[in-house]
Amino acid sequence: MAETRMRSPLGQAVGLGSAKEGVEHWWVLRVSSIALVPLTLWFVIAVISLAGADRAALVAWMHHPLPAVLMILLLVATFYHGALGLQVVIEDYIANEALRMGMMIIMRLAAVALAALGIFAVLKLSLGA
Amino acid sequence: MRSDARPLSPHLQVYRWPLAMALSILHRASGIALCAGAVLLVWWLCAAAEGPSAYGGMQHFLGSIIGLLLLFGWSVALFYHLCSGLRHLWWDTGRSLDLPSVYRGSYIVIGGTAVLTVLTWIAVAMHGRG
Repeated sequence: MAETRMRSPLGQAVGLGSAKEGVEHWWVLRVSSIALVPLTLWFVIAVISLAGADRAALVAWMHHPLPAVLMILLLVATFYHGALGLQVVIEDYIANEALRMGMMIIMRLAAVALAALGIFAVLKLSLGA
Repeated sequence: MRSDARPLSPHLQVYRWPLAMALSILHRASGIALCAGAVLLVWWLCAAAEGPSAYGGMQHFLGSIIGLLLLFGWSVALFYHLCSGLRHLWWDTGRSLDLPSVYRGSYIVIGGTAVLTVLTWIAVAMHGRG
């Protein structure tokens, strides 16, 4: 108690409450969501047009630059936005700090790895045989 | 010290769920579901990149009852999260935050999700036959 009284009001408050990072998270979540609106609508139309298509038709479609680039942008925006969203879910529900930290690291690494895997598959379809 | 006899503040289970509360929870739930859907998308792209036999297996799975149910659930989650997300962006401008507007917006989001989902599956069915 004696130690607490010796500290200034500012010293007691610093480090508590907001980490001053919330605005950045809020903003990039919105920016990625705005990017995902047209990308999602394009994706739905693309999936409808590809419904029942064989692999040759898919490869021929992916050989065009626009579908390949849009698919890569969709993957990047989706996994970025998804990781930001899952971050909040983990922060809200996992009280144990070590578990929360561990889940956050695994979730972020998985998001990057899955996005890389998807982009590689698109490039292979688009540029390869 | 006994603490079990203390009065507790009301928690989730004692409230009748207002529509906005259900839709807010559904926004988060659909977002989590879409993360699973994104994994499915990567899996599908990888199967296509792998070769005809892997792609054929994937298409066979997606055409099965379980696959179609997954795709239908994905489409509902996608359109709901899209409509609800657009409402969130609209709310971010400071508009439609009063109770009547929130109810009106809720019905628009539910209706928009239903219309987009039904239109998409009609388009898939027509394209599949044609």
